[in-house]
Amino acid sequence: MGNMKLNLKIWRQAGPNDKGQMKDYPVSNVSEDMSFLEMLDVLNDDIVRKGEDPIAFDHDCREGICGSCSLFINGEAHGPGKGITTCQLHMRRFKDGDTIHVEPWRSAAFPVIKDLATNRGAFDRIQAAGGFVSVNTSGNLVDGNAVPIPKDDADKAFDAATCIGCGACVASCPNGSAMLFTAAKVSQLSLLPQGKPERKRRALAMVEQMDKEGFGNCSAIGACEVECPKNISLEHIARLNREYLAATVTKE
Amino acid sequence: MSKLDSKIPPGPIDKKWTDHKGHIRIVAPANKRRIDIIVVGTGLAGGAAAASLAEMGYNVKAFCFQDSARRAHSIAAQGGINAAKNYQNDGDSTYRLFYDTVKGGDYRAREANVYRLAEVSANIIDQCVAQGVPFARDYGGLLDNRSFGGVQVSRTFYARGQTGQQLLLGAYSALMRQVGKGAVQMFDRHEMLDVVVVDGKARGIIARNLITGEIERHGAHAVLLCTGGYGNVFFLSTNAMGSNVTAAWKAHKRGAYFGNPCYTQIHPTCIPVSGTHQSKLTLMSESLRNDGRIWVPKNIEDAKAIRDGKKKGSDIAEGDRDYYLERRYPAFGNLVPRDVASRAAKERCDAGYGVNKTGEAVYLDFSAAIERYGKLEANVKKIENASQEQVRELGTSVVSEKYGNLFEMYENIVGEDPYKHAMKIYPAVHYTMGGLWVDYNLQTTVPGLFCLGEANFSDHGANRLGASALMQGLADGYFVIPYTVGDYLADDIRTGPIKTNTPEFDAAEKDVKDRINHFLNNKGTKPVDDFHRRLGKVMWDKCGMARNAQGLQEAIMEIRQIREEFYRDVRVPGKAGEFNQELEKAGRVADFLELGELMCVDALHRNESCGGHFREEFAETDGPQQGEAKRDDTNYAYVAAWEWMGDAGKANLHKEALEFNEVKLTQRSYK
Repeated sequence: MGNMKLNLKIWRQAGPNDKGQMKDYPVSNVSEDMSFLEMLDVLNDDIVRKGEDPIAFDHDCREGICGSCSLFINGEAHGPGKGITTCQLHMRRFKDGDTIHVEPWRSAAFPVIKDLATNRGAFDRIQAAGGFVSVNTSGNLVDGNAVPIPKDDADKAFDAATCIGCGACVASCPNGSAMLFTAAKVSQLSLLPQGKPERKRRALAMVEQMDKEGFGNCSAIGACEVECPKNISLEHIARLNREYLAATVTKE
Repeated sequence: MSKLDSKIPPGPIDKKWTDHKGHIRIVAPANKRRIDIIVVGTGLAGGAAAASLAEMGYNVKAFCFQDSARRAHSIAAQGGINAAKNYQNDGDSTYRLFYDTVKGGDYRAREANVYRLAEVSANIIDQCVAQGVPFARDYGGLLDNRSFGGVQVSRTFYARGQTGQQLLLGAYSALMRQVGKGAVQMFDRHEMLDVVVVDGKARGIIARNLITGEIERHGAHAVLLCTGGYGNVFFLSTNAMGSNVTAAWKAHKRGAYFGNPCYTQIHPTCIPVSGTHQSKLTLMSESLRNDGRIWVPKNIEDAKAIRDGKKKGSDIAEGDRDYYLERRYPAFGNLVPRDVASRAAKERCDAGYGVNKTGEAVYLDFSAAIERYGKLEANVKKIENASQEQVRELGTSVVSEKYGNLFEMYENIVGEDPYKHAMKIYPAVHYTMGGLWVDYNLQTTVPGLFCLGEANFSDHGANRLGASALMQGLADGYFVIPYTVGDYLADDIRTGPIKTNTPEFDAAEKDVKDRINHFLNNKGTKPVDDFHRRLGKVMWDKCGMARNAQGLQEAIMEIRQIREEFYRDVRVPGKAGEFNQELEKAGRVADFLELGELMCVDALHRNESCGGHFREEFAETDGPQQGEAKRDDTNYAYVAAWEWMGDAGKANLHKEALEFNEVKLTQRSYK
């Protein structure tokens, strides 16, 4: 165990209908090698031993790829540091005596389940609206090398496809927009030949679902790009806008 | 009589699957609409199966405990996926992939299953490309490959260091397409807590809605478990925090035999443990062994000086470094299979050559690769007499292009720049080859209950080769179960919907509720993790990289003790009818506490060393293979399938003899 002392101020909310409030938790013996979530584990261990209700938060892989973890830490999605998720945030980024505010994603489209855990089902519904190539499973498809894809396109598509669906973009956006998330999928598939046949339908359907879920509009502020743990670029939003515009003007 | 009938089709190995597919029964399209299938787990196996079965016309209900199907732990797989495409013209073939996998598994896998896996591997790549999976490509626009351990060809397809993520998102998009159509009903944040068996057939599950705590009954004509591995029995592993054995274990207790539970894969290249607060371990992809060289100092004094902080790795002269894998295994060098590489690291560290404070770390060094690539780049860029610094810079950018995200991950966790200082790595629990016993059709010993992917035991024998887990998950889900499940369901076209208001569902639901209430009313003193940590330490020390009879016997007694204390003294706060993460953990750890004992029982009974199962009593004592695993094919060339008899220690052993008609049993040599 280490010897850092911290003052945590953590959002506690018993359920979706509870008002919720910030609560103080002083912690000590924090080691700089701990991840932020391991620090919360130690706090929860203590809370359980006292017979109280531990702090609920989502997490799973703890290596920055599953997209489960969230947390707004000192006003930043996934806390300080670029290109990392909360589970990759280590305590060496903080100083002894620091006060740290920990809150859930704040968005009307991501209602709080309990404490720091929110419901991000809206992202699944956007995906279900059109975030796919309509191809069934078959053992007789064309060979993977039948259609060469320029390396540059494949690389760009990959960059967009690295989105982990964590919701940091929505939480960071003053408008609560889900454009970066939606754009990443639309962009990935529109860059690849396999995704081109249904690109119009896809852009229209995903944007329509996004609006239906209650996400706000994009006004090109760019906070999403700054806070995205996978550094997904705003360029993809530009590409979505082009796709959407093209689909709208040629719509029958 | 033993229930173990592997149902391997007759005929030559390369015709078995085709003939089998051509002869088994299928369900007509109109009848598929009358059949319900439950798929538990939405990783590569579950996601692929749920999507494919729904496309075929079945009614599918898919379950996952995560908040979205996209978060299943397949997503964390880094390195790649094997397929016998032979795009590199390096002599690869279906047969070679089959052969490598059987050999890599140390001759403890079922030949027919492995051959089928190799056979469908190429289809997987085609399927994923069609879905828009952005695999790495070369400048000609064609798919790129890299090498992985235990083989001498380049057959691994990849998407930077995030291949699992890209393949899973492909399967997830196929799944969500069916969810959008209403062909799949998705139940996320739901955990399966029991299988319901009616008249000897699996007819549904009991699941807990993790948000409301409600206990739900779901009926179906068949149940598919695609619930992953049980590496978290060790507490510290590369698995996600939520990965658990509960679904498979409940099935085991309802009659599904558990195959080879002791076969555990300890992955050689993980970030070493840093402290007692640690909650999980992070893997550094095996692909790094393509370019990284593994070493420890030759002189024990140097190792001591490094541990005391008096020297750094870079202070050790080239001649004073022991590249022990290259030394011991010249033919495969740093690309020996995982079990071999892990044991070799343990051997060096146990001998006192470890290079971090705990003495449990070896170097994975990229300086040679950086220099080699740097010189090549300088040639390409026509830089004459490039300075040492220029070469380093050029080489660093090549290495970064290949492995950038892994290097960043390392730096984040360790706080040290791996481009400048050699990485420190140590083996960690990664994958479990064991799992529910299944026949050729992926059916368990409970009719109507199927098991796919890492959760079953079938394809990897005693050791899995790198980049083969993704291959198996998708093969099972896309290309095997869609055929084999039909053969079983052909009897169910007139059954009608499965009713859940029956005594069998009543009883299963009561069992689940009783277990939950026990935990909540227990009011003990220690949190769940306390017991999990203790179990993990026993498993790691006594049923880990090396095992012996005495240690295993001790482990069994210790696990029983922890289990007894757990039920007496665990404290689970909160209520049943709410979002309660401690309650979720308690149920999972309860199952690990039984599984752990069975793993030790299995390891103790297997008086040989094979693959990931290394018994210290059974090693070569002399000759060129000194220190290597010593198999006993006369007495142990079988699958150990354990039947639950009411207590983890009383399991009944059934044996499925393994027949090798294609591959000759020899000592596995990578020298």
